[in-house]
Amino acid sequence: MSTGVTKSINLNGPAGTLPASAAKAHGFVAPPKVRKPLHLGWLVMTIYLTFLLLPIYWLVNMSFKTNVEITNTFSLWPNNPTLRNYTVIFTDPSWYNGYINSITYVVMNTVISIAVALPAAYAFSRYRFLGDKHLFFWLLTNRMAPPAVFALPFFQLYSAFGLIDTHLAVALAHCLFNVPLAVWILEGFMSGVPREIDETAYIDGYSFPRFFVKIFMPLIASGIGVAAFFCFMFSWVELLIARTLTTTAAKPIAAIMTRTVSASGLDWGVLAAAGVLTIIPGALVIWFVRNYIAKGFALGRV
Amino acid sequence: MDKPINQKAWFLVLPVLLLVAFSAVIPLMTVVNYSVQDTFGNNEFFWAGTAWFEEMLRSPRFHQALARNLIFSAIILVIQIPLGIVVALSMPRKGVGVSICLVLMALPLLIPWNVVGTIWQVFGRVDIGLLGHTLEALGIDYNYVRDPLDAWFTIIIMDVWHWTSLVALLCYAGLVSIPEAYYQAARIDGASRWAVFRYIQLPKMNRVLLIAVLLRFMDSFMIYTEPFVVTGGGPGNSTTVLSIDLVKLAVGQFDLGPAAAMSIIYFLIVLLLSWVFYTVMTNYERGGQ
Repeated sequence: MSTGVTKSINLNGPAGTLPASAAKAHGFVAPPKVRKPLHLGWLVMTIYLTFLLLPIYWLVNMSFKTNVEITNTFSLWPNNPTLRNYTVIFTDPSWYNGYINSITYVVMNTVISIAVALPAAYAFSRYRFLGDKHLFFWLLTNRMAPPAVFALPFFQLYSAFGLIDTHLAVALAHCLFNVPLAVWILEGFMSGVPREIDETAYIDGYSFPRFFVKIFMPLIASGIGVAAFFCFMFSWVELLIARTLTTTAAKPIAAIMTRTVSASGLDWGVLAAAGVLTIIPGALVIWFVRNYIAKGFALGRV
Repeated sequence: MDKPINQKAWFLVLPVLLLVAFSAVIPLMTVVNYSVQDTFGNNEFFWAGTAWFEEMLRSPRFHQALARNLIFSAIILVIQIPLGIVVALSMPRKGVGVSICLVLMALPLLIPWNVVGTIWQVFGRVDIGLLGHTLEALGIDYNYVRDPLDAWFTIIIMDVWHWTSLVALLCYAGLVSIPEAYYQAARIDGASRWAVFRYIQLPKMNRVLLIAVLLRFMDSFMIYTEPFVVTGGGPGNSTTVLSIDLVKLAVGQFDLGPAAAMSIIYFLIVLLLSWVFYTVMTNYERGGQ
C-alpha cells in the first residue's frame, strides 16, 4: 500500500537489501552526498528562523519581566530580570498540577496508541484481508475529523461512563486522531522491512509474539520512536477536546492558562511564563527525534 | 507488491477497531441522533426529520462561515506551499546546521495551539507586542481587535508561522532522497539551476507536496483554537470560521439540532476531501511503481 512512498523516501538504502543477520546492526546511514542548497540559502534560512523565533523570544522576554515593566515600558529585553512569574507557577499547585495532568494524559495516550497500532500496522503492511482498504480509509477519516464536531458528543459519552475529569478520558479521546496516525506511520516503516525477515524467523521456529517483540520491534525501533513522537505532539498541542472533558482534577495546563488570565485580570508575566513552560517539553522531545522528524512526516504521510 | 491473503490478520486489527469505534462511531451516532430531533428541554425529544439540515443549508450564517473558511484555506496554501519549498531548498544539507535547523523549525509545531494563539495575541498588541508596536512606530494603523483586515492579517501570519515548517520538512525529506547521480547527470548536460529544480527536484517532491497540500488544506479547514484565542471569531464575525461557528452554536447557544446538522454537513465535506486525498494517494502510489 505504501511501497511507493517508502522506496522513494527511505534514507537507509533500498528496501530488500537488508540481510536478516544484519538485523541488530540496522541503523540509519547518512544519505549520500547531496546537492548544495540555494546560493542565498543561508539568507533565506536566517530570515525564516528569525521569523520563527521572534514571537517565541518575545514570550520568553515577557516571562522575565514584572507586570509593571510589561505594561509601562517597551523594551527588547528585561531591564530588571525577575523569576517571580516562574515562582508563582512552581509554588502554586493549581498551576503546576496542570503540567502534571497534561503530561499524564499525553503519556497514557502515547502508550495506548502505540500498543494497539503496532499489531494493526503489521497486519496492514503484511497481509491482505477482507475489507482492509476500507478499514484503512475509515481510519484515515478519523484523523481528518474536526475536533469541534466531537467535543459535545465526547462530553456526553464520557459522562455516561463516569470518566469525566479523568486522565483516561482525555487519553482515550485523543486516540481518535492518534491511533490512525500511529497506524499510518508504523505501516510506512514496517513496509520498509523486507518480508523475508518474517519468513526466516518463522522457519527458525519463532512464534509470532516472540518474533514480533524480539526481532521485529527492534528493527522498526526508529519507526516506533517517530510514531510515539507524533502521538505525543498531537496530544500535547490539542486543547478543545482536553478542555471539554476536564473540570478540575485532570485539567491540562493550556486550559488553566486561559482561565486564570480571564479570572485575575491580566497577569501577563505569569501567562508568558506558563506559555514558555509549555514549549519546553516539546523542545526536549524534538531533540531526540530530530534526524527522523522529516522521515516521520513523509513516511507516515503526516 | 502481492501480500498474502490472511483473514486472521483481522485479530491484529481488532484492538484498533474497537478503540476507534468507541471514540468515533458512538459519538458520531449521538450527533446523527440530535440532527434529526427537536427538543423543548426536559430531555423530551421528538422527530424533526431533515428540517435542521434544510435550515442549515439555507442559512446565510453557515454559508458565510464556509466561505470564510475556504478563503482562509486558499490563502494559507498559496503562501505556505511556495514558502515551504523555498525554505526546504535553502536548508543546509550536512553538518550541525541540519540538526539546528530541524529542531528550530519543528519548534512551532510542538507548542500547544492555544499557546500559539497567546503568543500572537501578545505579539500583535500595539501596547506590549513587538509586531504591533513596530507597525505602529512605522506609522501603520494596526489593530487586530478592531479592524477585520488586521485580524485576518494576524491569523494568516500566525498560521504561516505555525505550519510552514511542516511543508518545509516534508519537502526536505523529498529532496534528500534524490540520488546524487541525478545531479551529476544534470551537470553533464549543463542544466541550469531552474532546470534542475523543474525537472529533477520538483518531480521528486511531487508525492510529499501532495501530502503537504492536502494536510494543510484539511487542517486549516478544521482550525479552531488559534484564531479563537487571538480574535474570538471577531471583530464581529469576520474571522468566524466553521469550527468556531460550530462551537458557538453547540456550546454557546446550545442549539443541539442545528449544531448536529451542521456537524454532519461539515463532517461530510471533510469525508469527501479525505476520499479524494486517499484516492489520489493510492492511485499515485500504484502509478509510481
